[in-house]
Amino acid sequence: MADAVAVLERPDSAPEPPGRPFRARPVKASTALGLGVATLWLSLLVLIPLGAVIWRANENGTGAFWDAVTAPEAASAIQLTVVVALVVSLINVVFGTLIAWVLVRDDFHGKRFLDALIDLPFALPTIVAGLVLLALYGVNSPVGIELAYTRAGVIMALLFVTLPFVVRTVQPVLLELDRDAEEAAASLGAGKLTTFRRIVLPNLVPAIAAGTALSFARAMSEFGATVLISGNLPFKTQVASVHVYNQIQSDNTLGAAAVATVLLLISLVVLLGLDLIQRWAVRRG
Amino acid sequence: MVKRLLRVVALVYLTVLLIVPLGLVFWRTFEHGIAPVWHSLTTPTALHAFQVTGIVAFWAVLLNTVFGVGAALLLVRHRFPGKRLFSALIDLPIAVSPVVVGLALILVYGKFSPLGGFLQDHGFQVIFALPGMVLATVFVSLPLVVREVAPVLTEIGIEQEQAAWTLGAGRFQAFRRITLPAVRWALGYGVVLTLARALGEFGAVAVVSGRLVGKTQTATLVVDESFQNFDQATAYAVSVALALVAIVILLVVNLMRPEVEA
Amino acid sequence: MTDKTGRHRAALWRITAVLVVLVAVAAGCGSSSSSDKAATGSTVTGKTLPAAQLALVAYSTPQEAYDKIMSAFNRTSEGKKTRFTKSFGASGDQSRAVENGLAADDVAFSLEPDMTRLVKKGIVAPEWNTDAYKGMITDSVVVLVVRKGNPKKIKTWADLTKPGVEVITANPFTSGGARWNVMAAYGQAVKGAGGSEQAGKDYLAALFKNVPVQDDSARKSLQTFTSGKGDVLIAYENEAIFAQQKGQAIDYVTPDSTILIENPAAVTANAKSPEQAKAFLDYLHGNEAQTIFAQAGYRPVVPDINSPYPFPKPAGLFTIADFGGWTDVSKKFFDPAGSVMADVEKGIDVSVG
Repeated sequence: MADAVAVLERPDSAPEPPGRPFRARPVKASTALGLGVATLWLSLLVLIPLGAVIWRANENGTGAFWDAVTAPEAASAIQLTVVVALVVSLINVVFGTLIAWVLVRDDFHGKRFLDALIDLPFALPTIVAGLVLLALYGVNSPVGIELAYTRAGVIMALLFVTLPFVVRTVQPVLLELDRDAEEAAASLGAGKLTTFRRIVLPNLVPAIAAGTALSFARAMSEFGATVLISGNLPFKTQVASVHVYNQIQSDNTLGAAAVATVLLLISLVVLLGLDLIQRWAVRRG
Repeated sequence: MVKRLLRVVALVYLTVLLIVPLGLVFWRTFEHGIAPVWHSLTTPTALHAFQVTGIVAFWAVLLNTVFGVGAALLLVRHRFPGKRLFSALIDLPIAVSPVVVGLALILVYGKFSPLGGFLQDHGFQVIFALPGMVLATVFVSLPLVVREVAPVLTEIGIEQEQAAWTLGAGRFQAFRRITLPAVRWALGYGVVLTLARALGEFGAVAVVSGRLVGKTQTATLVVDESFQNFDQATAYAVSVALALVAIVILLVVNLMRPEVEA
Repeated sequence: MTDKTGRHRAALWRITAVLVVLVAVAAGCGSSSSSDKAATGSTVTGKTLPAAQLALVAYSTPQEAYDKIMSAFNRTSEGKKTRFTKSFGASGDQSRAVENGLAADDVAFSLEPDMTRLVKKGIVAPEWNTDAYKGMITDSVVVLVVRKGNPKKIKTWADLTKPGVEVITANPFTSGGARWNVMAAYGQAVKGAGGSEQAGKDYLAALFKNVPVQDDSARKSLQTFTSGKGDVLIAYENEAIFAQQKGQAIDYVTPDSTILIENPAAVTANAKSPEQAKAFLDYLHGNEAQTIFAQAGYRPVVPDINSPYPFPKPAGLFTIADFGGWTDVSKKFFDPAGSVMADVEKGIDVSVG
């Protein structure tokens, strides 16, 4: 009986206990239909259009593709973008989780209002975000900090537009979290940090990974906010999305598609990596 | 006092990164009072742009919510071949820069492409019309609902639904009465994020909209145009209007959530 | 149900009520569509064209001028039944949109390559520039924009390469406007050195060393300048005039040696209403439209137009034809794979911190 309950309690992705034969759940017709529809939608929306870009990039053969991607300006832009996206994502992991924690577990005047503001970087058109950051940290900075036209400025702009991601993926999980385990640990004498590290954090890893994936992806593609504050200097502060725009403007669609393809591949690798982290965390939990 | 330290750190970070810039936006908008703001928001161009934004956002949110819940269920509770690719394909769109989104959609659905030409010959114009703008908006916000709902689904497991099934409930009944309520706050956040993104999206929509004044001009395009013409008042006014919609919707979602013990 | 939940639900109702009121007021304030103006004023040909919907796709800087011109056209008896759909954006973006299928009857761009792109695709007839105006409807020149009062005393192109001077210009690979800037800078150096190409290239290299920011569009570079960055901006004359009209505190210097900017317009080959499209294009060359352009800061292509602006003719004015026309220039100067500007961009060494 206990074994049956144990089997009931595990979602599909969990591994079976050793020695037990696996009883696969029959694929219901509704699931297959749902999967079919979802796949069709993904194909029409994502797979085919992105495939068209990759196809366009290879229209003149891999030689032309490689030339376009290794051109000094392209390589420099790609490198800058990836590095900056990684830095921004790491900062978001720490601060996003922290903010989500404070918003869920803490209470103070104006907390709900603050909570409501977190999504604003999304709702503000990116041009406005860029302009405001430029006004604050640009030439006539009222706070005396001049970050505009530097890489630090780019990072700042990206932190602004990716702020909601980790916060919003972690918050719902924190809300759902069963406090019993934490209370048990506390009553057994575990310190707050230990409790967090060994009981809460493992449950948050899937959500953090999901949020980080989004944050990294967004940082790779951001155009409107960074294009203003970065100053756009080739080889210095020009991000890949602007470089792609350059190529299109110069009627070099192939070059644009080639760099876009490389960015897609890099993003795919990082996303798959984060997906692995998520699955590993679920398996452990 | 760890709690207090965390609170301070979070508040400082948010103040520098969020509050001060937003405060500046609001201050610049209302510098000269509410009347000029109201005037900017009620010009025919602005009103029509809000209408276009509303329609595009509505469809994008609807499509993404349906897809989001379905995809989350598929990803968390089932095994199927290609699951990892499926999952990555959902996140990938956010990594695509807006110019490339436009390029990709035009390559497939543009007038001079096989599929797009076919559709247009039969009266359904995708690019430079509302359907294309909805597609672009859905594209850039695709993972938002999925990634909110999936971690919560993982957290709560499947035992409640399975209990319901063994007690005789139909699948859809169990979905409606057990699954949906269990993920409602995550779903709420996902919907709000999608809405916010749909309201604020500029780059991809700009490319596929054709910028037809009074027809396919969204609020964000009006913001861009106003800034270009040194009409900062209109630009800020419309931006703040968009931001306020997002704030209000989020406050509503937040207030509906029952209080959690601190 | 705790007391707090009750309070929150009350707040929820209050917010909803406010929202409903706001939406109702906004809907009520929605203004009605503009009423038809009675046809008055002088006629051009006297015959009213059949009703049509013309699609105008143009670049963004003359937007206000076009709005006025379209109203004026509606007031003529010839054009009183013509309605317009309009689209304004960056010249290159608009050109590419039409190339990708955006419906257009009349198109107007900031520089010729944006029109040539459409000719290549068969959307604009190759004879578009065989009329008396060579297909152009407005002109301008490249000028040097400075702060009001010209505190840094910038007078000539040579002042731009002095150490410590910050020059703002857009990125010539994304901005058509910036290409005019580059050709003006190059051209005046070449002509000043008696035709030496190397002098031109050297000047460009020295100039871009002083460029700290390269915005992706000419208009953005204008805004970068007006928001406080830089000592001098290279821009179109009509951009400078536009900024002054909008209250920006700037002046501009018209250098003796500079390039003539020519803006093309044409009818599309697949226009839905070709007769009306042609009539509107002809109207653009008429005195009324040219006067409106002149008041917006564009140099008219038609003689004897009254304008509030002096439009001084620079002694050393040259055109793009002096360098072989845009097709050759685009390849030689702005090919990202290898060109004069590609080399210049590689060679600059501006610190970014």
